[in-house]
Amino acid sequence: MGDLFANLGLGFSIALTFQNLGLAFLGCLVGTLVGVLPGVGPIATIAMLLPITFGLEPVGALIMLAGIYYGAQYGGSTTAILVNIPGEATSVVTTLDGHQMARQGRAGVALGIAAIGSFFAGTVSTVVIAALGAPLTKLALIFGPAEYFSLMVMGLVFAVVLARGSILKAIAMILLGVLLSTVGTDLETGQDRMTFGLSFLSDGIDFAVLAMGIFGIAEILRNLDHTETRDVVHQAIGRLLPNREDFRQSYLPILRGTTIGAILGILPGNGAVLGPFASYTVEKKLAKDPRRFGRGAIEGVAGPEAANNAGAQTSFIPLLTLGIPPNAVMALMVGAMTIHGIVPGPQVMTRNPDLFWGMIASMWVGNLMLLIINLPLVGVWVRLLKVPYHLMFPAILMFCCIGIYSINSLPTDVMFIGLFGIIGYVLLKFGFEPAPLLLGFVLGKLLEENLRRALILSRGSLETFVERPISAGLLAVAALLLVLALLPSIRKGRDEVFVE
Amino acid sequence: MKKLVLTLAALGLAATAAQAQGTYPTRPITMIVPFAAGGPTDVIARIVSDNMSRTLGQQIVIENVAGAGGTTGITRAAQSQPDGYTIMMGHMGTHGAAPALYPNLKYDPAKDFAPIGLAAGTPIVIVAKKDFPATDLKSFLAYLQANGDKVNMAHAGVGSVSHSTGIFFNSVVKAKPTMVAYRGTGPALNDLMGNTVDYMTDQIVNVAPQIQGGNIKAFAIATAERSPALPNVPTTKEAGLESYEVSAWNAVFAPKGTPPEIVAKLNDALVKSLNDENTKKRLLDLGGVIPPAAEQTPAALQKLVESEVARWTPVLKAAGATAE
Repeated sequence: MGDLFANLGLGFSIALTFQNLGLAFLGCLVGTLVGVLPGVGPIATIAMLLPITFGLEPVGALIMLAGIYYGAQYGGSTTAILVNIPGEATSVVTTLDGHQMARQGRAGVALGIAAIGSFFAGTVSTVVIAALGAPLTKLALIFGPAEYFSLMVMGLVFAVVLARGSILKAIAMILLGVLLSTVGTDLETGQDRMTFGLSFLSDGIDFAVLAMGIFGIAEILRNLDHTETRDVVHQAIGRLLPNREDFRQSYLPILRGTTIGAILGILPGNGAVLGPFASYTVEKKLAKDPRRFGRGAIEGVAGPEAANNAGAQTSFIPLLTLGIPPNAVMALMVGAMTIHGIVPGPQVMTRNPDLFWGMIASMWVGNLMLLIINLPLVGVWVRLLKVPYHLMFPAILMFCCIGIYSINSLPTDVMFIGLFGIIGYVLLKFGFEPAPLLLGFVLGKLLEENLRRALILSRGSLETFVERPISAGLLAVAALLLVLALLPSIRKGRDEVFVE
Repeated sequence: MKKLVLTLAALGLAATAAQAQGTYPTRPITMIVPFAAGGPTDVIARIVSDNMSRTLGQQIVIENVAGAGGTTGITRAAQSQPDGYTIMMGHMGTHGAAPALYPNLKYDPAKDFAPIGLAAGTPIVIVAKKDFPATDLKSFLAYLQANGDKVNMAHAGVGSVSHSTGIFFNSVVKAKPTMVAYRGTGPALNDLMGNTVDYMTDQIVNVAPQIQGGNIKAFAIATAERSPALPNVPTTKEAGLESYEVSAWNAVFAPKGTPPEIVAKLNDALVKSLNDENTKKRLLDLGGVIPPAAEQTPAALQKLVESEVARWTPVLKAAGATAE
């Protein structure tokens, strides 16, 4: 324990130097501003801003990049709440209740609770990383393909629970999402699947493209349907910050979200994406009146946002202790570290203790900065909603196009957001929810690849999924959740079988 | 009179041309890196271009155009204006293995480019899980040959460096493991460290920290000399496997038709960059290998591309690996 304090002391002595504080602030600010642009998520932001850190000391550069990462993540949630465009997979859930809150004139409260929830989660996970980082690494290593497959099955069950209306429609959307995820080059054989011979499809559909089209563009189309009824414009903006009642409703979801997010964040291969979904499911199941969810329930923002930030931070554990990036953003951080002459790996902790502990301390500093930057900005963001919609939507469209083009520099990506926008609009009109589709899409690839990998390793034996205790446990939880989700529907009359 | 006008016009043209060459580059140069930011090729491109920018007096801007094992970005770069303002970082995959892997490839590595020069390469290391029942390369190979498809080999996806070099390795040592594909080196390494898969071949940049940390074993490094990053790992030659010598080279190319003066200027900047002490140190710290002076010329690169295509095509075709 004394060691921990000594180490954290070393960390803070580095993170709190004037220069590093400034860099953390700058990173968070730039990250927030760029992250707010629709489509420009943390990956694109860090990739674009990577070169400007070349002239800095390695520790300072990494502190700044980490700041950009948290900032962009938070900025992404802001867009999710204000204009219903999730910056990346982890903020999909925030759109569900966050945007509804904004429509009810509670955008400020939603943004405020997201910031406060994130700060709390960030503080807790900083301590978790410092105290348990090294032992927790083992968790990542015992997760093989079989465990991963079972985790994804559990995730898909969450998606059913996410649905607002008909469970049948939700399942249809999940399956559509899984299908969309199979487009592209097959990983094992290298064959093209469902690409119609179009070369730009051979790498599959980009998450950002799908999310921006099906959420963002579809939302714009829907708003244009009945322009002046767009609620937000006419509603009084109301309180900017959460009050005591909001806190009373949110503190338990934040605690639970932090725990769930922190655990899932450590898993390799994008385990963190499940965090917000899992947190949302848990809150909806625990709520006295689950019908409030999807209609602006503050718990539906507080929990997932905390899970999101906790996961974002604990996903540094595999990077810092093993040198293995668990997702694309961390892969970028590996690149940034190597450019600065630090090869990430198990030795970083002993060879560059100043960097290791400095970064951990700077995580907390970064979270504090975000709170300081964002609480005053809440008013500015909310005022953005007052901009007349005929001025707002061309701007959103333009930023969407620039944002999506900046990721891969592919014109086809820009066309695809238009296509998915139309599909999303049609789906909305027929009462299908886009969120389960996106979750199906995100999990589909992981589900299929890990299923095949596990079966290759077990030489075709399905027993591998129940022989391995963790995998069996996850499948059992999934089965239980599914029964719980379906039971009320089964009890009701035949006409209502699939309507919650 | 007519003659005079023509002569003057010709002179004028020549003058503008000379001026254009004399002042190239007058605006920033785009270097297309056909992989996502943060990977080994991207890191090498950024380190090398940093110093090249200073020599050329214009910024080299890296544009990451990832996709289809790097062929998306290279296709785009090959079709851009050959004016020296779009260049690219190709590598062993895009300019060696790609013709065998992608039957519909829209470029010919040996014909559609103006080679600039070889940048840094990263050696390939043969690694296995910590508990693998072998102590050196010899016992490792014996185990592979004795156990056939009971052994699991990981790779980072069809078209990746670890895939091509892994197939090559298996064909050289006559091993027939069960192949397990991962999306990238990270997840593959994770399962190698978790003892889920048995072995793989990959670039030193990716595996060196895990070897130093004792999380995985290294049997040999496939270069002529040992790497300062892994001084205890023998070369394949020392370990008795001379026929497996392979490195993931990276090289700068321009589109075909780029004026020779511009190629020479870019090559000069590249060579200066590779000889710069700071750049050198950063590349060596990564475990990178800097080519000897004789191999830094455009002609040497052209020869390398031709020999690499000739080397990879039969190996990959025999393994039945295609990406389309």
